[in-house]
Amino acid sequence: MTTAYRESKTAVENAGGPVFLATYLLLGIAFGYVLTRSEAVSWFRIQEMFHFQSFRMYGIIGSAIATAALSVALIKRASLKSVSGEKIEIPRKKLGSGIRYAAGGTIFGLGWALTGACPGALFALVGDGVPVMIAAVASALAGTWVYAWLRPRLPH
Amino acid sequence: MNGADARAEKRFTPMAAWFTAEWPWYVAGPLIGAFVPALLITGNKLFGVSSNLRHLCSAIVPGRVEFLRYDWKKAGLWNLVFLAGILIGGFLALHSGAARDVAISSAAKESLAKLGIHDFHGVAPRELFAWRALATLRGFVSIVVGGFLVGFGTAYAGGCTSGHAISGLANFELPSLIAVAGFFAGGLAATYFILPILLGGR
Repeated sequence: MTTAYRESKTAVENAGGPVFLATYLLLGIAFGYVLTRSEAVSWFRIQEMFHFQSFRMYGIIGSAIATAALSVALIKRASLKSVSGEKIEIPRKKLGSGIRYAAGGTIFGLGWALTGACPGALFALVGDGVPVMIAAVASALAGTWVYAWLRPRLPH
Repeated sequence: MNGADARAEKRFTPMAAWFTAEWPWYVAGPLIGAFVPALLITGNKLFGVSSNLRHLCSAIVPGRVEFLRYDWKKAGLWNLVFLAGILIGGFLALHSGAARDVAISSAAKESLAKLGIHDFHGVAPRELFAWRALATLRGFVSIVVGGFLVGFGTAYAGGCTSGHAISGLANFELPSLIAVAGFFAGGLAATYFILPILLGGR
């Protein structure tokens, strides 16, 4: 009976299973490694970028977007299914008044320059030998919590 | 050193540099971008790190806040596992190559020297990013205030550099373009107006 049950499980139902989770873990490890080797986690590189003193970070971000855009276009054209068996779809973000993107983006930008780290980098840096970034992560969680609490009163 | 040794050394240097020096932008950028199709193809998942902050809040202290009351395991367990990987990946990168001085441009070094930053070792200046620095105004603002703004801003904007700048722009979404313009507006404001006052050039 158990075998029959297992066989009848679709790939979609298995998508949260251990094999998939292991894949996400490996992808995360690769991402943390690449982020560190690229020095996109470096406070110094972020400062250099905001001072327009090197093309490097712009080259990284630009070529990352180009690679992702090309892949997304190809995936859409081929109407690919994921390994988990779903049709690949990227839900479009709602524009609304646009205030949340302008205001939220600017607030994040202030934090990005002050910490020298985007959210991915905050976590990579904890592993990277800057343990005090645990305090920055805790504070980022507090920031997200306060946003969640104020959300009904904020313009979106 | 004889000729053969010199040749061997020459041959091995690029391989070693792969682990010690920073990767060129045209290697690093496409590799970072490749995580978008990798996650879509694996499980129809959208690359974006900052939603993990919301998932963590939901898992730890949802309180009575509506935005945090949802099934975080169903929505975000995959992403939290990815996030744990990022931490491990950073650790592996640190321990597979010697930490060294960052090779930023001399112009950048000059600008930072004016802000009182003279130690270019590793990924962040030790004058600012150390436990003892938390008790100083500049350390507290850099770490705690900066971290808070990262958490608040990405939650408000609904994404960060990965979710908006890479995933969103790659899908040609206007909301992401507005958000990214905001990232740079905020970043430049902090760089030109806040940091010079905060760090002050000691």
